[in-house]
Amino acid sequence: MQQSISFFSGFGINDLWFLGEAALRTLWISAVSISAGTVLGILFGWILYEAKFLGAVTLAPVLDIFRSVPLIIQLVLFYNFAPIIGLDFGPFGSGIVVLTIYTASLVANVARGGIEAVGKPMRRAARSLGLSYWQDMRHVVLPIGGRAVFPSWVGVALGVMKDSALVSVLGYVELLKASQILITRTQEPFLILAIAGAFYFALSYPISRYAAQLEKRWAQ
Amino acid sequence: MFDYNFHWRPVMKSLPDLLEAGLLTLQVATLSMIVGIIIGLALALIRLHLRGPLHWFASAWIELARNTPALFQLFFFGFGLGAFGLHLSPFTIVLAGLSFNCAGYLAENFRGGFQSVPDTQLRAARSLGMSAWQAYTRIIIPQVFRIVYHPLTNQLVWAVLMSSLGMLVGFRELSGETQFFASRTFRIFEYFAVTAIIYYVIVKVILGASRLLAWRLFRY
Repeated sequence: MQQSISFFSGFGINDLWFLGEAALRTLWISAVSISAGTVLGILFGWILYEAKFLGAVTLAPVLDIFRSVPLIIQLVLFYNFAPIIGLDFGPFGSGIVVLTIYTASLVANVARGGIEAVGKPMRRAARSLGLSYWQDMRHVVLPIGGRAVFPSWVGVALGVMKDSALVSVLGYVELLKASQILITRTQEPFLILAIAGAFYFALSYPISRYAAQLEKRWAQ
Repeated sequence: MFDYNFHWRPVMKSLPDLLEAGLLTLQVATLSMIVGIIIGLALALIRLHLRGPLHWFASAWIELARNTPALFQLFFFGFGLGAFGLHLSPFTIVLAGLSFNCAGYLAENFRGGFQSVPDTQLRAARSLGMSAWQAYTRIIIPQVFRIVYHPLTNQLVWAVLMSSLGMLVGFRELSGETQFFASRTFRIFEYFAVTAIIYYVIVKVILGASRLLAWRLFRY
């Protein structure tokens, strides 16, 4: 009896390991770009708030572009543009750069909303008690405004985590790309997609629930 | 360092095709919004008023749509259903995926809208002799519409941006068409730059039109 040769092989324990590694890569790329994007976004938000006119004519339209063009197009554009000016980031670097700027453009609005959420009288009171501008920012605006917009920041962060799946177009093997590779080999799309989906869901659902609860508690 | 020659002529030659693909993008986004609004409304009402299996079904739909990447949802409709011998055309995949996603997000918006109209209004309308249908269509819905109008516009913009994922499941809308031309001529940057501009214009037109419409609708 000759055994028939098959190019397809079933889903095994090694593949689960492969998916796990890819999931870690998803986590890594999202963690880096969310943190960098948040720092940059807060800076942009502060500029938008402080330099009202100048910010509105210079920074705001630029940030608006990143919110009006699909992320996938931004990724492909940057990945193909960087070598033209002599930079070579590779898929991971390009993914980080684009996701960071994308996050920053979203966080900028959140941050500005947060600063605006702190009433003018309260800030004047803080200043007249002798707090410096930065002390006022650190001890009054950050705790109060930060609390007001924390849930929407969580929303942005989770959105970026999910959107990091798009980095797969550049050939970066994150979770969704890994599952696509496995599907091609094992021909078991349903099982593998279910695992990948479950991972995203398990990460996103508890955090979004927690943020919703915080919002409710702080609203009281 | 800068030894790249831009070639815009092939892009200009295929511009009519790109614009046509842009119309397809707009079409699939609008269609999925319409389907999404109908299903989302049903899901929101079910989640608010019913108990039991239907409630769980609606909750599961909403949470799955909101907590997994849109690309995962497209893949699910693309390959996942293939496991059951159901092979959809690229257009159907994108339409189904986007509608699923929009319905989930819109359901939450609608739920918020319905909850912000006090229950007493419905009871007051009913006690004035209106039927349930009349009370809903004349009292509740107009108020809810006003609240969800802005989120609805945002969702339409999202639908346009998300439809670019069709590129990854072989759908020839604006992004897919661009990739097709780009891979034929190797002018990837030029093609995607033009596509980015087209997306930007589409998004701005939608936002402008919705603002005009809002000005006309909510004058009182």
